[in-house]
Amino acid sequence: MALLDIERLTVRYGAIQAVQDAGLSVAQGEIVTLLGANGAGKSSLLNACMGLVPLAGGEVHFDGHLISAERTEAIVRRGMTLTPEGRRVFPSLTVQENLEIGAAASRDLRQKSKMQREEMYALFPRLKERFQQLAGTLSGGEQQMLAIARSLMSEPRLLLLDEPSLGLAPNIVDQIFDIIASLRRRGVTILLVEQNAELALDVADRGYVLASGRVVLSGKPAELRSAGLERVYLGAA
Amino acid sequence: MEFFLQQFLNALALGGTYALLGLGLAVVFSVLGLINFAHGELMTLTGYGIFYALLFGVPYPLALIIGVVLATGAAILMERVAFRPVRNSSGTTMLLTSFAVSTILHILFQNLISARPKAIAVPNSLTGAVAIADMQIGVIQLLSILVTAVSLLALTLFLRRSLLGIAMRAAAEDFNVARLMGVNANLVISTAFGISGVLAGIAGILWLFQRGSVDPLMGFLPVLKAFIAVVLGGLGSLSGAVIGGFILGFIEVGLRAYLPDGVLAYRDAISLTLVILVLFFWPQGIVARREAVR
Repeated sequence: MALLDIERLTVRYGAIQAVQDAGLSVAQGEIVTLLGANGAGKSSLLNACMGLVPLAGGEVHFDGHLISAERTEAIVRRGMTLTPEGRRVFPSLTVQENLEIGAAASRDLRQKSKMQREEMYALFPRLKERFQQLAGTLSGGEQQMLAIARSLMSEPRLLLLDEPSLGLAPNIVDQIFDIIASLRRRGVTILLVEQNAELALDVADRGYVLASGRVVLSGKPAELRSAGLERVYLGAA
Repeated sequence: MEFFLQQFLNALALGGTYALLGLGLAVVFSVLGLINFAHGELMTLTGYGIFYALLFGVPYPLALIIGVVLATGAAILMERVAFRPVRNSSGTTMLLTSFAVSTILHILFQNLISARPKAIAVPNSLTGAVAIADMQIGVIQLLSILVTAVSLLALTLFLRRSLLGIAMRAAAEDFNVARLMGVNANLVISTAFGISGVLAGIAGILWLFQRGSVDPLMGFLPVLKAFIAVVLGGLGSLSGAVIGGFILGFIEVGLRAYLPDGVLAYRDAISLTLVILVLFFWPQGIVARREAVR
């Protein structure tokens, strides 16, 4: 049984069909990447999984439970969360406060939240240096680190990562992908949405390609590469 | 100089009341994007709560607490019954809902209680004045300033120190991302309404002390002023609401004190003109809400 199982998922915004009958699954311990051009429906799919946009059809199962009708915060408590596109840290909260909010889902006392915070600071030393700074004053790369650390505070078993490299300098992008690789060693399962297909396929175990809201290709990185990703991105598939 | 200091304290007292009301509007707006025009009815409810509590012989301090508790409960109930069903609708729908709630409460007050004012006795200890240096300062004014200061301090501590307070600030900046952190949306919104109810209750008491009676329309004018204060300070900003409230208080008291008798009748028009001028130079309000850094 896969950790995440998406069946025939459909998302509509008014008359616009953003995702249509999409299906994918992620097994425990995997890194799966979801590729596709701008507007292919990748973010809509992730947001629908988290209950942030309503489903027009289909089902989402997490850890064997049907979660398509659950509220976002309940899904987070089940152990799945999303680091949204564009980082979206809380700019007028300090780095530390951003992290504290990240642990809002855990029912444990603050003591545990503090331990987790120390763990995050060990993983992201840059954040420790700036723990009292307002998140809005961080650089783009630091904000991305904070966004990922904040998501990890809820100790997710499955992390949905939406475009973590967007708008970052190449050396920062490398750092972010190092972090993704280290998360896998920690046992976090990841569904990664990326525009940078090459980088994503380097870290992923499997991949799916979305075009106009439909899954048009899936397989191991080598298979996807040989199928000619460029054609898919250009809409020829 | 004495006259100036006295007027300064008056402005502080009036501005403080506007600040508390504006803060109540702003707390709800920050998490829900709704200006709750039924906020004034919460003040009125406080008034009636105190009136009936006193009628039944409840001691004065307890009656005041009953008034605040009533406004708080009503605010939370209002969200649960009226606003939650339309939470995902457009802003216009929520705004119209708040007008509907306001009108329904107003009519209920009129028909079930009375359209005429009910007098509420203000204790003698509060009607006097104390002499500080060479000035006579009204006890009610001093009390207003003190109560405002304590309320602002308590709210600031709550928002800075408690996890729920931090969650509310996070939700005010980005509601969906706060939910992705596991922040309970219903809890945050209920708390925002609860806080707005407490603030409306406290402001209601201060307002009552000034006028000595409660009628169905008691909350209308002050909440209109509070709305102006919130826009002046910057919609969505809590500190803006407080600053806007004090500015409006200072403008009103200043005009009342220093305008020549002949034009005194136009003071509301003049004060609103000043507000428009401020907005002309700071269209986003004085404390413009920072855009999220992306």
